[in-house]
Amino acid sequence: MHFEFEIEAGDFSNAGYASSQIKKILKQLNLPNNVVKKAVVALFESEVNVIGHSFGGTVAIDVENDRLHILVSDTGPGIEDVDLAMSEGYSTATKEIQEMGFGAGMGLPNIKKNTDYLDIRSQAGDHTEIEMLIHFNQESAKDRQS
Amino acid sequence: MKPLPFHHALKVKEDVCFGCTRCMMICPTGAIRINRGKAHVNPDRCVDCGNCMEVCPVNAIVIEQDDFQKIYRYKYRVAVVPSVMIGQFKEEITEEQIYSILMELGFTHVYEAEFGSDILHEISGRYTTYADRSPVISTFCPAIVRLIQVRFPSLVQHLNLIKPPLDITAAYAAQQLIENGARAQEIGIFYVTPCAAKIAAIKSPQGESKSGFDGVINMDFLFNLVHKTIVKQKHKENDTIPQQRNLSGEAVVWSLTMGEAPHMPGRSLAVDGIHNVIEFLEKLENEEIHGIDFLELRACDEGCAGGILGSGNRFLTAERLRHRAESMDGISSHVKQEIQAQGEYLRHNLKLERIEARSIVKLDDNFQTAMEKMEQIQDLLKKLPHVDCGTCGSPSCEALAQDIVQGKADLSRCIFYQRRQELLDSRHAKTNLERMIKVWGREKLEGS
Repeated sequence: MHFEFEIEAGDFSNAGYASSQIKKILKQLNLPNNVVKKAVVALFESEVNVIGHSFGGTVAIDVENDRLHILVSDTGPGIEDVDLAMSEGYSTATKEIQEMGFGAGMGLPNIKKNTDYLDIRSQAGDHTEIEMLIHFNQESAKDRQS
Repeated sequence: MKPLPFHHALKVKEDVCFGCTRCMMICPTGAIRINRGKAHVNPDRCVDCGNCMEVCPVNAIVIEQDDFQKIYRYKYRVAVVPSVMIGQFKEEITEEQIYSILMELGFTHVYEAEFGSDILHEISGRYTTYADRSPVISTFCPAIVRLIQVRFPSLVQHLNLIKPPLDITAAYAAQQLIENGARAQEIGIFYVTPCAAKIAAIKSPQGESKSGFDGVINMDFLFNLVHKTIVKQKHKENDTIPQQRNLSGEAVVWSLTMGEAPHMPGRSLAVDGIHNVIEFLEKLENEEIHGIDFLELRACDEGCAGGILGSGNRFLTAERLRHRAESMDGISSHVKQEIQAQGEYLRHNLKLERIEARSIVKLDDNFQTAMEKMEQIQDLLKKLPHVDCGTCGSPSCEALAQDIVQGKADLSRCIFYQRRQELLDSRHAKTNLERMIKVWGREKLEGS
């Protein structure tokens, strides 16, 4: 099952729309609570990233038999140093964005914590593509809990 | 094992209901469908919030209650009255007058339900909470407890597992009588309820095996009874005034919005109105809420002052309670001693057992089947108009799509889809009319 959401740059008031829609679907599929939570957090952070840092983009979600496959892509401006962006507390958010309560530098680290696989493909001055996987099976869920 | 179905206090009077869809459209859990021109409530989904009753234009939705005569089965007849009961009356009518009339009507003891919050404070030294997860969600409002069980199953671990004040009061009242020589079977404890949810909670308690109450009396019924007596005995002096317990001001306004939240440890907030609560719980579920320790969530606007069985204006009721709270100086040292004497017993009877989730959102227990159904729903949604008109007998296009995959409806109930069918083949007109008769009844379709 494939879902796609357009995300407009700077539209913070709509942050959480895609993650809420997907949450509804995952709850209906009767997936374990912790899987739903991980997906919601990872998606929410992705939405905020696209809204706050990019020129706009899309979030595409595929609900597969045993996992959730999420692909977030934007049209730029790209991440200069992916490793640095991954470190907790590092943020390139402007003062205005931070005043709205976003941009604490926890976005990507939080996504990493809540996914089983994360791949960031980006180049400064170009687009960014973030691919993530969240497994449904209880085993991986248990691993993460402990 | 499948859990026992919820008991429900709300009933639809089929002879009065004319299928106007107002209840179906407002129901916060999507529990209502129209069939044969009447509203039908799905017992697994209903949380007894009373929204349907409030919008019904013909009073076709009623709340069951125990026969008042039932109190005479007991030698000791205890009325546990919510503080909002006093707020139903004009200020000229004193609490003493109201309580003495309750005694004349047949009760032997009268307690205010919110006295339980004073008991809790007295035996613990503070308003204790007990839950696995933070923020702790109040279990004061039973409609909210059920809402979380059915719509937000992942949040049940946030529920405060301390009994709500009315249950603590009931336990205390019974124990007081027993210590003074009464036998358990001689004691009848009756709750005067401002809403349907409390009845349902007493008839099928969540988190306890048995309720401490023996019956429920609706507040509007008792209000009328008391009023009648006031008119009759205009010039009579009150002679039977029950023992005054001097509640604390906090207890008097405990059931109002922001009655509970300010006294809880840490940062807290209060949300009232079930649709507001749902919006808030969605955020909590998304982990968007940070730094809050306690949530007071109530299904009714203004808390219990807005209870569906209230006769007075909710804002005036709340004001009267706030005014009354100002003049209260707390429980007397004598009552404090009585509570302390029961401390051991009460501490053992304070906690609720774990409250189970009972999700209504899942399409199927089996993941593969749920996936298949979800795919069908996505396909159906492409064919539906998304105007949520309710003419199919389901509250929204999405609800119809779910009903279809669950085998409870078919696509040709949608009037938009019917038009498309009829355009292709005019013979569909007749079968579609028959379909709509099933949903709406012959009378509505044929005109009367």
